Amino acid sequence: MFQLFTNKKKKSKDTAKSRLKLVLTQDRLNCSPEMLEMMKTDILKVIANYMDFDENEMDIQIAQSFAGEDGKPVLVANIPVKALRKVSPKR
Amino acid sequence: MGEVIVITSGKGGVGKTTTSANIGVGLAMRGKKVSLIDADIGLRNLDVVMGLENRIVYDLVDVIDGHCRLKQALIRDKRYQDLFLLPAAQTRDKNAVSPEQMKKLTDSMKEEFDFVLVDCPAGIEQGFKNAIAGADRAIVVTTPEVSAVRDADRIIGLLEAAELRNVKLVLNRIRADMVKRGDMMNLEDVTEILAIDVLGVVPDDEAVVVATNKGEPAVTNMSSRAGQAFRNITERILGNEVPLMDYLQEQGVMSKIKKFFGVG
Repeated sequence: MFQLFTNKKKKSKDTAKSRLKLVLTQDRLNCSPEMLEMMKTDILKVIANYMDFDENEMDIQIAQSFAGEDGKPVLVANIPVKALRKVSPKR
Repeated sequence: MGEVIVITSGKGGVGKTTTSANIGVGLAMRGKKVSLIDADIGLRNLDVVMGLENRIVYDLVDVIDGHCRLKQALIRDKRYQDLFLLPAAQTRDKNAVSPEQMKKLTDSMKEEFDFVLVDCPAGIEQGFKNAIAGADRAIVVTTPEVSAVRDADRIIGLLEAAELRNVKLVLNRIRADMVKRGDMMNLEDVTEILAIDVLGVVPDDEAVVVATNKGEPAVTNMSSRAGQAFRNITERILGNEVPLMDYLQEQGVMSKIKKFFGVG
């Protein structure tokens, strides 16, 4: 929605820049889609021990950090939680 | 002892050969002894850009294979006594030469020349590895387009991996009108993405096409903006500080006057 309003005014060079930044983050990391997929599966396996989540709504990807503008890659996970599982804490 | 500089880009068609020719002639204009090497075996072009295509007898592969001596293969420039070209072989492929052979050749050439400029082929394979093998520094040429900048980033990474420390950027073919409209990335945008020192910025200039048509690099054209940009780049290679050209200034004074009087 937000993009719908800004897109009209957005200059094409800014589009170029943000697309480049994202593609270079991925190029530089040299992270294959297979590896990302394996990592996703492993992360979700662990999380599934503690909570129920919506698998259709979740999103895990490598993006560029916003804060500090150092441009370092960050792993962004957005996993909507349905409910927590009742887990008895180990001692 | 001279220096070996490789001119590279990753992507084809961004102006490596034009940049090589202009810097070569620029350095010769400043009285330096210079040799250009066309490392694009199978797709040679530096000879035509320099206007020396009719003088080729031997080539780079002949020298490396020992079919002739280096002196026999070097073509002396028409205008500058101390400027030479070692042309690429046209009928061979990039595997005809190894990085070790290239390094040996450039090492021996820098004993004799102030500057040895290697015009690198596009790509990141054998030809690229050959071209950078003996280089002391590198110039990465790009244009303000996503594909060219992406490839430049890849090349910068590969140069780093090859432990080439002195790597600088030439941003070629920038258009003031498009930058002002926000339809082309400017120098700051590109350097923000690539995080690399700038050697120069070259405005898009019809004079470069005309110069290539004639086989006389634009750097000799005193009224060309691109020519001025290449003269500035030459100075910076020689270690002299020259302020970056105001590439947003669209035209020369004459064309502005013409425009004012409605004849432009």
